[in-house]
Amino acid sequence: MIALLTVIFSFVGALVCGLMPARWHRAIRWVALSTAGLGFAAAFCCALRYTGPGMEDIISRTWIPSMGVGFITGFDGISLPLLLVTGLVAVAGVLFTWNLDHRADQFYAFYFALIGGVYGVFLSMDLFLLFVFYEIAIVPKYFLIAIWGGAKREYAAMKLVMYSFGGSALVLIGMLALFFASGLNTFDLRALMEVDFSSGLQAVVFPVMFVGFAILAGMWPFHTWAPQGHSAAPTAASMLLAGVVMKLGAYGCLRVAVGLMPEGAMVWAPWVAVFAVINIIYGALAALRQEDFKYVIGYSSVSHMGFVLLGIGTLHLTGMTGAVLQMFSHGVIGALLFAMVGTVIYTRTKTRMLDELHRLMERMPGIAWVFIVVALASMGLPGFSGFVYELYVILGAWAALPTWIVIGAGLGVFATFGYTLAKIHEAFFRERSTGDDASDNNNGESDADYPPMTLPEKAGVALLLGASLVIGLCPWLLTNHIAGSLQLLLNRFN
Amino acid sequence: MTLETLALIPLLPLVAAAITSGVQCGRRSAGIAIAAMLGSCVLALMACSESWGMAADTHKTFDIEWLTVGGTAINFGFVLDPLTGAMAAMVTFVGLLIFIFSFGYMKDDKRMARFFCYLSLFAAGMLGLVLANSLLLLFMCWEIVGVASYLLISFWNHKPEAAAAGKKAFIVTRIGDMGFLIGILLAFKSTGTLMLYDGGAGLLETGMAGTVLGFKTAAVVSLLLFCGAAGKSGQLPLHVWLPDAMEGPTPVSALIHAATMVAAGVFLVARAMPMFVDGGTLPVVAWVGALTALVAAFIALGQYDIKRILAYSTVSQLGLMMVGLGVGGVAIGMFHLLTHAFFKALLFIGAGSIIHGCHEEQDIRKMGGVWKSMRITSIAYLCGTAALVAFPFTSGFFSKDEILAGAWAAHRPIFWIAAFASLLTAIYMTRQCLYVFTGAHRGEHEPHESPKVMTVPLVILAVAALGLGAVARETIFAKLPGSAFPHETIVIVVSIAVALGGILIGWLVYGGRELGEAPDPLAVAPLREKLWFDELYAATVGRLWNLMAIIWEQLNELLLFVRDMAVALARALSSAVAIGGDRRFIDTFAFDGLCEKLRDSSWAVTRPQNGFLPSYLRLIAFGAVALGLLLFWMI
Repeated sequence: MIALLTVIFSFVGALVCGLMPARWHRAIRWVALSTAGLGFAAAFCCALRYTGPGMEDIISRTWIPSMGVGFITGFDGISLPLLLVTGLVAVAGVLFTWNLDHRADQFYAFYFALIGGVYGVFLSMDLFLLFVFYEIAIVPKYFLIAIWGGAKREYAAMKLVMYSFGGSALVLIGMLALFFASGLNTFDLRALMEVDFSSGLQAVVFPVMFVGFAILAGMWPFHTWAPQGHSAAPTAASMLLAGVVMKLGAYGCLRVAVGLMPEGAMVWAPWVAVFAVINIIYGALAALRQEDFKYVIGYSSVSHMGFVLLGIGTLHLTGMTGAVLQMFSHGVIGALLFAMVGTVIYTRTKTRMLDELHRLMERMPGIAWVFIVVALASMGLPGFSGFVYELYVILGAWAALPTWIVIGAGLGVFATFGYTLAKIHEAFFRERSTGDDASDNNNGESDADYPPMTLPEKAGVALLLGASLVIGLCPWLLTNHIAGSLQLLLNRFN
Repeated sequence: MTLETLALIPLLPLVAAAITSGVQCGRRSAGIAIAAMLGSCVLALMACSESWGMAADTHKTFDIEWLTVGGTAINFGFVLDPLTGAMAAMVTFVGLLIFIFSFGYMKDDKRMARFFCYLSLFAAGMLGLVLANSLLLLFMCWEIVGVASYLLISFWNHKPEAAAAGKKAFIVTRIGDMGFLIGILLAFKSTGTLMLYDGGAGLLETGMAGTVLGFKTAAVVSLLLFCGAAGKSGQLPLHVWLPDAMEGPTPVSALIHAATMVAAGVFLVARAMPMFVDGGTLPVVAWVGALTALVAAFIALGQYDIKRILAYSTVSQLGLMMVGLGVGGVAIGMFHLLTHAFFKALLFIGAGSIIHGCHEEQDIRKMGGVWKSMRITSIAYLCGTAALVAFPFTSGFFSKDEILAGAWAAHRPIFWIAAFASLLTAIYMTRQCLYVFTGAHRGEHEPHESPKVMTVPLVILAVAALGLGAVARETIFAKLPGSAFPHETIVIVVSIAVALGGILIGWLVYGGRELGEAPDPLAVAPLREKLWFDELYAATVGRLWNLMAIIWEQLNELLLFVRDMAVALARALSSAVAIGGDRRFIDTFAFDGLCEKLRDSSWAVTRPQNGFLPSYLRLIAFGAVALGLLLFWMI
């Protein structure tokens, strides 16, 4: 029951925030913080109580018996890191949006509706229920971006929703195909996992379903919604998008597509790996060219999600463990990068264009150092979670995939170093290249120091960076559970 | 001791370093660092007392499986045995006193917070190194120690000498580290593990089979490790960085150059002793140590900087420790390491107190008469001197006696070299004390006694320097592996004779002489110029370096060109991907284009519904005809 509390807390919080008058925004943010905190606490309790490797905390109720739909929830070592990361990002998102006063009631109503949906997806053990939560998670994104977003927000919101629903449509087709082919009249994932679907069916349905989910994971060439959507979104929403929503897709790929159709997965795995490597390199190269700081982070998310797909494509315990670990790692680090750019730096400089930033290293040394540490952590600095997942994914790929794919992934790692260092240089160490006249006119003011980080910002940074550090130093806290549950899933292969 | 409590010993200073990196206020930073050090000191003393209760030659290991990648586990862990217990207790205890002393010494420095951050980082690395149960972890901590000492030595980086000294220390020790790293790789290649003790399967338990280039693997690996040890512990010919490193603040000199960092090399040899025994390389260690002891003691005779004299003295004493390890095993070398840590730390912070009192004056020719105005510091300093020259029944006497006894039993030439180095030690220390304490003050300002926060650690260390020897001989020395040697009469006689004789010679030469600007009979040019080691390096290594720099510069031009091409390629590719691929094709053409087509199609469908009756009628007629045809065709 504890696991389900995450969903309940979030929806109740959404309701409470939505019913409070907008002018109480100071009270609303405390309600929001406690809602997010309660959700994280529930997820954390799950982590403490989990013994593994099987499914635990199962709640099973019939819901629509005529269609074989049940309300079945539970979690295992694969969902556990994702529950945790959702909780962490939810709390940090509130902290980094601390000063929001524009329609805060509605903002947090949508925010927690989205989070409740995400928790629901990670907990669903029924395919139909999973789909329902998946759809619940899509709708609030539209409003969050279209109402509180930045430039080109309507376009970006519409694009994101169209891509998401496009993916959902593919998923729905695959879902129904499996439902009818099984002949069991049930959507129960545990029952469906026992069914041996025919090889032909698997080979046809697997790509449909995988691509449907992978669209939300930012798979090339269906990735362009991601940088644009992330950039137009308000900070908290882009943190959720990068941190957890993209993981929904990857989770679906792993749990549903690979979990239900092992033979299809084996047929298509090399292609998954190829597309994953394209994702890694393409995202990194595109990031190198961006001039908007948020786009850089958006494309880096696309690139990092490539590592998740690559890990899944290995169909190898080590590689898949790395994939799940990366979902956690990128969840905290990606969200933190968006928070740094979208709130911490933007509220001070009032610009996100890299060539308008001017000598930030001297004017905001503390923030610059924090950003550099976060960027290095995302690059895979030993001691942070980024290093561990990269090791797992590359070693898994080495064991299971042709060498040239590993070389491609290695090039991707190299490209990651390239754009990270290049963009750090451009943002913090470079003098402004344009607009010299402006700085001449009001010199003195343009060189003034920026204020240091506020308390909520510091707390958010400590929370997310600390989580990455803990997992980087003690990876066994998660990897033991992840590998145990993945082993159960992989037992159906061969 | 559990894994957690043992791990806390290095982790507490590490956490303190992390916290103090963000603290601006010097006092608060010092408080955090000292509290953390106090915590680790208590834990280390507990660990030490537990290790004394352990049976001989047992090693308790505490391992963590850091990563399991496809069946191979990468372990990190700590080991607890009398060696680590004694070393950890010494490092934390001396470290704690130095931290407290620094609080007084650095009071007026604007970057005091940063100073304590570096100090804590250093302590964390050092303690990790001591406790590590894996050669890899040991090496990582070893490098942390190297980085932290670089930061500390060049702490006053507004002084060009300090910046240069920090660089020199870093580079020279790296030369040794290179050997160390190769040794680690070789050890891993030949045994497949880097764990030191692993229930019978560790690196130090199995012994290394096979040969490398015709030599025994164990011999090659142990010599490579000794390279690293020689770099860190300032053995000939890599000793040149150590005296220059005196440019750092005095507490740093005490911490790095007396108690901890330079002892790391000696500790490494002690830790890896089974490998040295296995490879039969101990005589090399002993000879290098003996020559270092002799040469450094000579150079110390010709120095005028109070800290440089102590620095060369440290190099010389480290040589003696290596001799102890080489001739007698772990116990003898470590015994001297422990006693030396206390009395040398005492001498260094005593020197710091004198320098502080004499208004930042370091030249002994401009001191004199310190005895009258700095009574506590002077007494403490003399206690340290007594221990260093091995005055009978001080701690230094007991530990040096063991080394000489071991050398007598093992190898006579080494015994005589070590004895002669001890004689020189007594001479240069007498010279220094006469310069500093007697006569009238030759500086501009009258010296003054230092505050309590600086003198209290001095007094505690002075007590340890005098009394620790007899205590440690019965406890630590007895527990450490390695045999004690019979003390022949001649050894005891020589040992006492060189100490007292050296003092006497020093007194005869310098007593009653006019000190100061007058020429010094023993400080002859070769000794003053440190036997031209720096010049030798400049002429050989420096030349080679310049030559290589020229060649490399040309190669670099080529590489720069290649790099420019690569960067241009990457830029072109990323533009193609970002602008051509994403913006133009996927977004504008595919997605927007598709949406546009969708909109167009809706326009095409809605167009007939235009509200004109005639056009509706036309469509109805058209539809009726089409339906009729269809029916007709179907029937």
